[in-house]
Amino acid sequence: MISNDEIYEKYIRKGTMPTILCAGCGNGIVLNTTLRAIDELKKDIDKMVFVSGIGCSSRLSSYIKADGLHTTHGRPIAFATGIKAANPDLDIVVFTGDGDCAGIGGNHLIHGIRRNIDITVIVLNNYNYGMTGGQASPTTPLESLTTTTPYDSFEHPFDLSMLAMAAGAPFVARWTISHPVQLVKSIKKGLQVKGFSFIEVLTPCPTSYWRRNRIRDYEGIYRWYKENTVNVKRAESEPDKICIGELQNIQKKEWTEQWKELVERVSK
Amino acid sequence: MITIKENYCKGCGYCIIACPTKALKRSNKINSRGIEIPIVEEEKCNKCHICELSCPDFAINVEEE
Amino acid sequence: MDAYDILGPSEQYIQGDKACVYGALIAGCRFFAGYPITPATEIAEEMSRFLPKLGGTYIQMEDEIASMGAIIGASWTGKKTMTATSGPGFSLMQENIGYAVMTETPCVIVDVQRGGPSTGQPTMSSQGDVMQARYGSHGDYEIIALCPSSVQETLELTIRAFNLSEKYRVPVILMMDESIGHMREKITIPKDVLIANRSTVDISYAYYRPFRTGYMHATKIPEFAPFGSGYKTFITGLTHDEDGFPTTVNPKAHSDLIKRLSEKITDNIDDIFYVNNKHLEYAEIAVISYGISARPSLAAVNMAQKLEKNVAFINLNTLWPFNYEFISELSKQVEKIIVVEMNMGLMYHSIREAAEGRCDVVLVSSLGGRVPTPKDIVEMIK
Ligand SMILES: Cc1ncc(C[n+]2csc(CCOP(=O)(O)OP(=O)(O)O)c2C)c(N)n1
Ligand code: SF4
Ligand code: SF4
Ligand code: SF4
Repeated sequence: MISNDEIYEKYIRKGTMPTILCAGCGNGIVLNTTLRAIDELKKDIDKMVFVSGIGCSSRLSSYIKADGLHTTHGRPIAFATGIKAANPDLDIVVFTGDGDCAGIGGNHLIHGIRRNIDITVIVLNNYNYGMTGGQASPTTPLESLTTTTPYDSFEHPFDLSMLAMAAGAPFVARWTISHPVQLVKSIKKGLQVKGFSFIEVLTPCPTSYWRRNRIRDYEGIYRWYKENTVNVKRAESEPDKICIGELQNIQKKEWTEQWKELVERVSK
Repeated sequence: MITIKENYCKGCGYCIIACPTKALKRSNKINSRGIEIPIVEEEKCNKCHICELSCPDFAINVEEE
Repeated sequence: MDAYDILGPSEQYIQGDKACVYGALIAGCRFFAGYPITPATEIAEEMSRFLPKLGGTYIQMEDEIASMGAIIGASWTGKKTMTATSGPGFSLMQENIGYAVMTETPCVIVDVQRGGPSTGQPTMSSQGDVMQARYGSHGDYEIIALCPSSVQETLELTIRAFNLSEKYRVPVILMMDESIGHMREKITIPKDVLIANRSTVDISYAYYRPFRTGYMHATKIPEFAPFGSGYKTFITGLTHDEDGFPTTVNPKAHSDLIKRLSEKITDNIDDIFYVNNKHLEYAEIAVISYGISARPSLAAVNMAQKLEKNVAFINLNTLWPFNYEFISELSKQVEKIIVVEMNMGLMYHSIREAAEGRCDVVLVSSLGGRVPTPKDIVEMIK
């Protein structure tokens, strides 16, 4: 297995470490596991583009020694759609946050899925707007405290993976940072699927979210993600827990393939 | 051999909690930024690499002899 | 296949919107993303018909924000890209237009203007967005905006919009209006047109810095490395250094960057600025207009010439960057400048500013989709 030193040498841009992310932030684990998945698949990094929106999670694209597009808040899937449609030979990974993807960018998410454009979207769901200091997001759990729900939050949160499944994403998986081995496997699958892959990672924001919500030590936070989730295979036995695992894997025609067929048909 | 790059480590302890054999521990080894670096009991390690995958900052390395 | 193979006979009777598509395809545009809106919809429709025949890509996005994002993303693969909209969509595009300015992404945005604000008058002509083209996104920046006043000019200025966008690595806005977009006129498809392409990187990865300028070429425009070419280019809308890396709290880095982004346009105003004049030499009065209102303006000038008035006609085919020197010189020559536009006076402000009180500057304004008549203008000449 590739070591962290080797990953660093091979995939991390010089002079960018340590990251700007807080101690205990889970985003780095997602970067680590994504790079491992890419390495295990022996992908040509020069044919990949890392696209992201705005937020702490969206900073991940800047650390990778590869083409990267750090776009506007909420819009990475739209930009990624343009890249992929214009050059289907490129493999696109989108890093996005819960606010980026499901708040301001929710429309692009569902339409990216509807079109079934071949990109791999990795959503770092940390239950809040981390970068702006911990406001409520579309995934903030009920009764959480955030800087904009000081008396606790009552709006019903989105279950992002369920949303992606309902919209028809061919590949949907959800893991947490406490499941790094499984996460690598799912990212690998997502990268191999020809079509829209949606990978949700529950990742801690100790600074903005957990500090206000009972758990203040990193170990407790890490453990929370293990203890409050249940694998989809055993979900029925523990219905109150968050269901994780490979949640959807279906076949569907992909946009760039369909466009290619159309071009062949009309240019005859 | 397990090594931790002290200048990268942010002391989150995710490697400690992720380790299935409890080979990593808190220490009072403090780096230049005042961060507590974990220590290793090599003999307990089974080289599963989970600590490497769980490190947000690419600080910990597991080398197979 | 080549654009000329599918556009049909060299002389045709077509709408402005279609001429815009012809110009784009001749210029090499091979990617279009858009969202339907009157009076620009025909551009998307024609693009969806022509692009697959040329091996290009057409995609209808979920809104104008996404359309703008898609053409920026596609431009980074090296393709020439375009979107088209009208006021409400143009408003939605503004944040990403600023992103294209900051990241020096070539792309063309067509705004077929209709009456605003808000949904306003979908089927009526207007020139109310000219300030939005200049100042619509936040922060300090320069942009290029061109404005055609006939169907033939639409075709030619669309080609010019792509050329300038490629050359200066800046979004270029083609400011059409409903009248020009929907008007049918005879056009001649030009042959052997000059086509510009962005200057691409010609040094090895080890020496390449995506936003360094003046190293390989003595210009303020960096060399372009398309995604997938191995140059590992990181692009961000945050203030960045020559490596493209965020440097967001360094005042010098920010001022150096935005000054360069502006100067690469303003230093080259002689190359970019293009106007169509008539009778300027002995003029005592000048009528300045653009777009559809340039047409009654020219008619009025011709009428006044018959009455032996020394009146010049100036058609501002380049709205932005604004050529202060040109207007300043004009204000030293003439006694009066008459600005004709279909808004409450927008370019009028810049023209007055440049004239600095040296001559009278008066406005002929027409609202509600009513195109000014030659009579409205002749009255001001008298
Ligand atoms: C149009 C726009 N609105 C608001 C912001 C401010 N903003 C920056 S990051 C952010 C929230 C990011 O939250 P999320 O996507 O969940 O990412 P996180 O920081 O939690 O990883 C907001 C609201 C912005 N940059 N642009
Ligand atoms: S604020 Fe939260 S999401 Fe942002 S870096 Fe810190 S821990 Fe991570
Ligand atoms: S390799 Fe496995 S056993 Fe060894 S320290 Fe790391 S996590 Fe523990
Ligand atoms: S996971 Fe990495 S950063 Fe965190 S304590 Fe362990 S070595 Fe240090």
